[in-house]
Amino acid sequence: MSQEKQLYTVSVYTENNIGLLNRISAIFQRRHINIESINSSVSEIEGVSRFTILVKITEEQMKKIIGQIEKQVEVIKAFYHTDDETIYQESCLFKVKSDLLFNERQIQNIIKDSNARIVTVNKEFFVLEKSGRKSEIELLHRELSIFGILQFTRSGRISVTKEPMEISKMLEAFQQ
Amino acid sequence: MKETQTIEKTDIKTQVTERISGSEAVVRCLLAEGVDILYGYPGGAIMPVYDELYKYQDKIHHVLTRHEQGATHAAQGYARISGKVGVAIATSGPGATNLITGIADAQIDSTPMVCITGQVGSHLLGTDAFQETDIIGISTPVTKWNHQVTKASEIPEVLAKAFYIAKSGRPGPVLIDITKDAQFDEFDFKYEKCTGIRSYIPVPKTNTTALKAAAKLINEAKKPLVVWGQGIILGEAEAEFKAVIEKSGLPSAWTILGASAIPTSHRLNVGMVGMHGNYAPNVLTNECDVLIAIGMRFDDRVTGNLATYAKQAKVIHFEIDPAEIDKNVKTEVAVLGDAKASLKALLPLLNENSHHEWHQKFKDLYKIEVEKVINGDLNPTKEGLTMGEVLKEINNQSKGKAAIVSDVGQHQMIACRYAEFNETKSNITSGGLGTMGFALPAAIGAKMAAPHREVVAIIGDGGYQMTIQELGTIFQTKVPVKIVVLNNDFLGMVRQWQQLFFDKRYASTEIQNPNFITIAEGYYIKAKKVTKREDLAAAVKEMMDAKEAYFLEVSVEKEDNVFPMIPTGASVSDIRLS
Repeated sequence: MSQEKQLYTVSVYTENNIGLLNRISAIFQRRHINIESINSSVSEIEGVSRFTILVKITEEQMKKIIGQIEKQVEVIKAFYHTDDETIYQESCLFKVKSDLLFNERQIQNIIKDSNARIVTVNKEFFVLEKSGRKSEIELLHRELSIFGILQFTRSGRISVTKEPMEISKMLEAFQQ
Repeated sequence: MKETQTIEKTDIKTQVTERISGSEAVVRCLLAEGVDILYGYPGGAIMPVYDELYKYQDKIHHVLTRHEQGATHAAQGYARISGKVGVAIATSGPGATNLITGIADAQIDSTPMVCITGQVGSHLLGTDAFQETDIIGISTPVTKWNHQVTKASEIPEVLAKAFYIAKSGRPGPVLIDITKDAQFDEFDFKYEKCTGIRSYIPVPKTNTTALKAAAKLINEAKKPLVVWGQGIILGEAEAEFKAVIEKSGLPSAWTILGASAIPTSHRLNVGMVGMHGNYAPNVLTNECDVLIAIGMRFDDRVTGNLATYAKQAKVIHFEIDPAEIDKNVKTEVAVLGDAKASLKALLPLLNENSHHEWHQKFKDLYKIEVEKVINGDLNPTKEGLTMGEVLKEINNQSKGKAAIVSDVGQHQMIACRYAEFNETKSNITSGGLGTMGFALPAAIGAKMAAPHREVVAIIGDGGYQMTIQELGTIFQTKVPVKIVVLNNDFLGMVRQWQQLFFDKRYASTEIQNPNFITIAEGYYIKAKKVTKREDLAAAVKEMMDAKEAYFLEVSVEKEDNVFPMIPTGASVSDIRLS
């Protein structure tokens, strides 16, 4: 097993319960592992939540952590995947002064080239939304920061796997 | 804020619902789960439940401990000797936080326990109200499951889940926090036991291929070694385990929590592994060709340095918790599942064997240990009393039938090394967490759960004073526990390490003790102190014969060390005899 650290996307299917985020993040904290990003949302199954957690660790560590996550009573199933095995995206918002949009021609090109979307424009500011890989978002951030960014925020990674995840089947098996 | 649930009459066979308060529901749930005793301490936020305990006192016995930590250890002692779920109850804030040490202890030692805490009213949550603490947040890392109840109607389902989770699979502690308004509110009560949770697989399926592969390895082994843990006891697999090792003639060693699963005198029992375990099983761990681990978790106190642990051996791991597989030691074959079922299925696949030559190695090394360590411990010629000879005397007089409840430190290692066990569930000690103060309250719970058994607490002078207030519980309940304090006027284990690894700089380990006899007598407990060898046997006899609680203090040699010893970070085969 590789002893080299690499990025893993952890997908955790859980019951929707207060406190579960604490329980899961504590498993990483105990081992002094930094969570790069974490996202919690509903999943494809009604009543089932899905955590998407990004960590940079060795595969050996990853396997042990998956075991400890799955051990939690309200966790249905946990998976880990490399970037090659998933389709993933991040999303971000930029708030920029509106006059720049008219005074700096370059900005319009940047927006066009980056496939960013203008969410809203008013007299004072406009808001730009961009989804994509982290590197694309970082590039856009670099380009816009030359002109000044009023506010910036980036979401955690969300991802789906190329392989099917058979959570529904597992839950059906329990019903029987 | 009244609950307005309508009576469900969909299933006539189940009991008709009844309108009761949340607090009465708590007690009714406990009764439905077969709880007849619980340990706790009242306070503001749990008063409604105590009011119901008062009404139901002919059906359920509440034991007032002198500190909430004592309640958890008593519940642990109760659970460890009986196999049933122990129950502890406390109020919010400090009452709840005082439970934490016991909960952490139960978590790491897989003890089934349900803790119920009162909480401030739900409208006050998060406002820094009087005696409010986020006990759910605090207890999350040390519970198998926890849950906060803010509505009375949730109580039956949540408590049913609590007992199911605490007891099933790999057991553990569960904490249920109930707001005061949820205790007062009325609702239509109906109780159904929990039989399953969709996200929770308590016992993983046993893979037949893995089982066959395990059998093949065991059958082909020339030098097999079994290391068993508490999984045998928790899984009530003692008979199946015995059948397996007897059929294949497997030398078997135990972890501290596995002790007593088979009798000490069993011909295949080769002793304890780990830091202060026996010489032979530790040394031969690094010589065996197949290591068969059953219901144990390769704790670092067992393995010493992992880089040099059993590297020559193929490891088979029988385990109920998938997260333990490959956690510390790489396995060749992992057999997931319940120990009782797995071992039963394994038995017919095994060949009969005796491994005579291999057994001889254990005997040879045992002889060395007897000469270098055991003789000096059990038959000392020096003037001072040894802890070992006290244990020997207790063995003699109890005929190995006593349940030994030990605290943490030198006396614990001596107790585990030398106590003779003839009955399972006889070694109750804080293994994983190493909680000083565990023994006195745990002995109370153990004796209450098994009144027919002799329960002897073996405690050091340090740990004794961490929960000494529970003498009050013993006095009030008249529970006839036998308490032995092995007093060396030192925090002995730390002192031993200071001697060996810190150039004898005895930082804060010399302890000035009070008059323990006066203290015991202050609680009206019979007490005696022994300082001379010639008085020991008579004093132990008087203690064992006593029908009521008894306190025996034995002054032992101040600076004795526990050997053998695997220094931290050393290999099991580098175990020191002196």
